[in-house]
Amino acid sequence: MYVAVKGGEAAIANAHRLLADRRRGDASVPALTLEQIAGQLALAVDRAMAEGSLYDPELAAMAVRQARGDLIEAIFLIRAYRTTLPRFGNAVPVDTGRMRIERRVSATYKDLPGGQLLGPTFDYTHRLIDPSMTGDVPVEPPLRRARTDAGCPRVTDILGQDGLIEPDQPDDREPGDLTREPLEFPAGRDLRLQALARGDEGFLLALGYSTQRGFARTHPFVGEIRIGLVDVEVEMPEVGFPVTIGRVRLTECQMVAQFKGSAKEPPQFTRGYGLVFGQSERKAMAMSLVDRALRADEFGEERNAPAQDEEFVLAHSDNVQATGFVEHLKLPHYVDFQAELDLVRRMRRAQATQAAASDESASGDDREAAE
Amino acid sequence: MSALPTYNFAYLDEQTKRMIRRAILKAIAIPGYQVPFASREMPMPYGWGTGGVQVTAAIIGPHDILKVIDQGADDTTNAVSIRAFFEKTAKVAVTTRTREATIIQTRHRMPETPLAEAQTIVFQVPIPEPLRYLEPRETETRVMHALEEYGLMHVKLYEDIARHGHIATTYAYPVKVEGRYVMDPSPIPKFDNPKMHRSPALQLFGAGREKRIYALPPYTDVVSLDFEDHPFAVQHFEQPCALCSAKGVYLDEVVTDDRGGRIFVCSDTDHCEERRAAGFTGPQDGSGKADSPNGPAASEGDAS
Repeated sequence: MYVAVKGGEAAIANAHRLLADRRRGDASVPALTLEQIAGQLALAVDRAMAEGSLYDPELAAMAVRQARGDLIEAIFLIRAYRTTLPRFGNAVPVDTGRMRIERRVSATYKDLPGGQLLGPTFDYTHRLIDPSMTGDVPVEPPLRRARTDAGCPRVTDILGQDGLIEPDQPDDREPGDLTREPLEFPAGRDLRLQALARGDEGFLLALGYSTQRGFARTHPFVGEIRIGLVDVEVEMPEVGFPVTIGRVRLTECQMVAQFKGSAKEPPQFTRGYGLVFGQSERKAMAMSLVDRALRADEFGEERNAPAQDEEFVLAHSDNVQATGFVEHLKLPHYVDFQAELDLVRRMRRAQATQAAASDESASGDDREAAE
Repeated sequence: MSALPTYNFAYLDEQTKRMIRRAILKAIAIPGYQVPFASREMPMPYGWGTGGVQVTAAIIGPHDILKVIDQGADDTTNAVSIRAFFEKTAKVAVTTRTREATIIQTRHRMPETPLAEAQTIVFQVPIPEPLRYLEPRETETRVMHALEEYGLMHVKLYEDIARHGHIATTYAYPVKVEGRYVMDPSPIPKFDNPKMHRSPALQLFGAGREKRIYALPPYTDVVSLDFEDHPFAVQHFEQPCALCSAKGVYLDEVVTDDRGGRIFVCSDTDHCEERRAAGFTGPQDGSGKADSPNGPAASEGDAS
């Protein structure tokens, strides 16, 4: 006896209860603290902030914990919270030239004003699993250099002094915001950079990689990568000057790419730009490669690779959108499937009838031939 | 955290609701035209009804009575989840009765009970662009709509007929609205397409991930695309609902055992329950014996 299925509500409640238990893990083991996550899984927190496009390490640590370490889920939690926050204005563009630098490397100059500074990098570590990771072996305190007030000019500014690189185009218009206005194509570079900055690291990595392998090759050099804290300032009309409201850690990558020049433009280097919340060189570098590839039209380059295709890149770079739509396939589709089932059955019947008819006529032919 | 997050009536802030309402008004003014809107990130995943939820959140008031269905049923998990969302954030009354509801949010079906004036049905739409699978670029399809250039769609339908002898689209079957825009009716079975035609209810469509809203005002002409010699026809089920004997309704196939046994029951659970409450019973034929080897299978007829 078939009874119509009921009980979705109870099933959902029970599933959530089980999830809460699994999230907590073994109850005899102390729960993770937010300080532990923000302090010891800092790069996970950074990624959640970058792609969640909300700078709040404590909130991101909560999201990582709630998401059981699933970073796309954590990003989703942050996004769904961010969207409800009021907007009270735009900050003054941050000045990465005045960054308090923790890491700064250039691949184009051996030495340069401000120097090369490796900082906290995995580069040159040998990827051997460290047995001391099973416990809590004390680590040596880091060394600190003496603080200097000497500036640390950006490599692109150095190149710019000789006019060897395209100048930055200042733009006083209010930048677009794809979370407040629907994205339409072609999009301006401001919107493209916003989309890339919140785009999925893996997707951008693959696209950036594809440009290196020949799908829109741009002959890139890392002009400079810098990581550190910058002040965020807002104009206060009441006082008449910008006021610092906080600090954020940023990773900036300026990719320097070749350009042969055109009838109007002399040969010069061009820019690809990457800027990401927190410490994420991989993302910033991939972003700068894709940004440069997307500027193909500006330099009269042929557009034939995926990384140059604005609509393709921007429509698919958001992992919260992508994961939602891919995973919605697990929702019930039985009404549509029923319609397809019916169609396939009908088409199979039609084919079987046809085959039977042609068999009959074929055997008739055989007889004729035998006679 | 200094303060725990609090949320507005029906989750969205009033500014956002106003923005969505403007998009809805524009959509109603140009039936079948896809209006871009600044879709928000909702607390449920994209692809799970965020467009429909935003439209509902923008139009719902404290005195509305909400019904949410998925696959025609009120108690599928996602319908339960969305209904619970509005019960929690808007504290509105909810119902499973089609007649009682002032707003019906749906995924993949239209109720069997005809809708009435003053009712609004909100469809969840995954891909609002009917031309998307013929031309993936938004930049191109927008121009095609603007120029009313729908030849590609007719070629696709014609190729179906040339290859299969009939149009091989069974759901999300494209329609033409008021003789102008070709529109995706959302992935409802084509069985439901005729219900859209001149419906007295307001029909709204929300696509959150794709950031589009479109609409059919009451009594709008909605014609499924076809050819004179291959007229549009809906699915027709050869047997009635196994539980309530309803005919001329859309049925779900339920597999009852692992030996090919299956029965067909109403996809619209409210319709089925109401009929059973009124004393209708069905054959409950769980054996599947009477079926042909290929199943009882709907046949395409002009039974609409």
